[in-house]
Amino acid sequence: MRRFSAFAIAREALRNHEGWGRTWAKRPPKARYDVIIVGAGGHGLATAYYLGKNFGITNVAILEKGWLGGGNTGRNTTIIRSNYLQDPSAAIYEKARSLYEGLSQDLNYNVMFSPRGVIMLAQTHHEVRGYKRTAHANSLQGVTTEWIEPKRVKELCPIMNIDGPRYPVLGGLWQARGGTARHDAVAWGYARACTDMGMDILQKCEVTGIARDGGKVTGVQTTQGDIACDKLGVVVAGHSGVLAQMAGFRLPLESVALQALVSEPVKPCMDVVVMANTVHGYMSQSDKGEMVIGGGTDGYNNYTQRGSFHHIEETLRALVETFPMISRLKMLRQWGGIVDVTGDRSPILSKTPVDGMYVNCGWGTGGFKAIPGSGWGMAELIAKGHSPLTEAFGMERFREGRFIDESVAAGVAH
Amino acid sequence: MLILTCPNCGLAVEETELSPGGEAHLERFGPTSSDDAFEEYLFLRDNVKGVHFERWRHAYGCGKWFLAARDTATLQVFGTYSAQTKAPPPDILAAIKKGKNT
Ligand SMILES: Cc1cc2nc3c(=O)[nH]c(=O)nc-3n(C[C@H](O)[C@H](O)[C@H](O)COP(=O)(O)OP(=O)(O)OC[C@H]3O[C@@H](n4cnc5c(N)ncnc54)[C@H](O)[C@@H]3O)c2cc1C
Ligand SMILES: [Zn+2]
Repeated sequence: MRRFSAFAIAREALRNHEGWGRTWAKRPPKARYDVIIVGAGGHGLATAYYLGKNFGITNVAILEKGWLGGGNTGRNTTIIRSNYLQDPSAAIYEKARSLYEGLSQDLNYNVMFSPRGVIMLAQTHHEVRGYKRTAHANSLQGVTTEWIEPKRVKELCPIMNIDGPRYPVLGGLWQARGGTARHDAVAWGYARACTDMGMDILQKCEVTGIARDGGKVTGVQTTQGDIACDKLGVVVAGHSGVLAQMAGFRLPLESVALQALVSEPVKPCMDVVVMANTVHGYMSQSDKGEMVIGGGTDGYNNYTQRGSFHHIEETLRALVETFPMISRLKMLRQWGGIVDVTGDRSPILSKTPVDGMYVNCGWGTGGFKAIPGSGWGMAELIAKGHSPLTEAFGMERFREGRFIDESVAAGVAH
Repeated sequence: MLILTCPNCGLAVEETELSPGGEAHLERFGPTSSDDAFEEYLFLRDNVKGVHFERWRHAYGCGKWFLAARDTATLQVFGTYSAQTKAPPPDILAAIKKGKNT
């Protein structure tokens, strides 16, 4: 793999950029791998990357039914933060956020991590109490966040109307080191680093069956033929239930559509991310100048990657009060992704009833921010059978009543 | 926009008039049941990509619950039926088999 550097740019400038080469290799599948990862989204690719980097396991294939990064990884609004309430969440999300800080250097690929700061608005007294509690929890967890008063909110985001009338801004939870990153680049950067270690990335390779022998996984059936493996990591977000069914068990989650939209590009007017959970909307501005907007999920099971139109109207109607200027903007594009929502709104990183098969799913509406930390923990879980980062996220927690209740912290999609 | 016919009042209504209620035909288990049964009832879901039997409430209308058969991969609705049923009725199953709405 050719490293990206100032020198490389200068060299390529002198020869019409003909020497860059492919970002990831295209090879036919081998008959057998030590580990197969299903799903080339951010979480699957990061899992493979840290398997190689941290544990030296490189006889790995990543199988993707569509195109790399074409699932939720390429459809999200890229908010990164780690201001959660419960300790296991703070640990994995903060691990992810801190890895994001050095990810461009680590991968030698610019993921455009922009720690521009995230404000979560408190617009009801209930939220004021909730966010103050989270700020206290965060300081015990070593996650830097701060409760800020309305005046400071207005200073950080002048385009905001903080006076109501229906939902005045009463303050906010501010994480200065949260922000955004380029979602495609995260997938592409991990993919490039994976093939550099000799791993195979197989696109248009859909897993259609899971081969087992005496309760142990032995391989997968795919649209490109049967492939054997010792261990299998299933990291397919909205399709996790479908894969679990292939292996003969059920998961405590349901798949629903979540949408986002962007406006026409405008000049820079907002350099922080703002989330307003009470009105179910959030917004940031992309480097191209588009206002990137998201809201809540549809309430019914859906695999179509498009959502209900009335949700867009509701999201915008709610945001217009807090951001009056968006009433003058044209909205350019809207799209949807299928997110996997668990009973306690927290993810599942777990062994399964099938020996050698692991799942990483349930990130629902908020897993982009978690990609590096999730991959780190999942790789350890697959390599060693346990990981301190994933311990609390086992699927047996639903049976045992050990929920990780983040439904307040994750009340809106982000 | 999803349009379902409420079998209680007979109106064909848009989804904004309805509240979704999740998978239908779940067997309820109480405090004296086993952990397995309780987990099944509360958390485990088929989450099918295909025909899904599900609960809806005509929230901004007659207020009553009903059930629907809907394909989650195409959003095609095969029909709606009474909530007081333990399993999908024969006409709904026939519609699914034919691939057409009732
Ligand atoms: C509109 C929207 C906005 C969001 N905003 C945010 C945000 O601001 N911040 C945040 O942190 N998170 C956000 N999220 C959530 C985030 O996008 C996801 O949690 C995250 O991207 C999940 O990554 P993944 O790798 O697990 O899944 P995916 O990226 O969906 O990857 C799973 C892959 O598995 C593949 N697959 C499925 N079935 C098979 C099969 N049988 N064989 C082979 N491959 C298969 C799929 O094609 C897919 O590419 C948002 C999501 C959406 C939809
Ligand atoms: Zn009715």
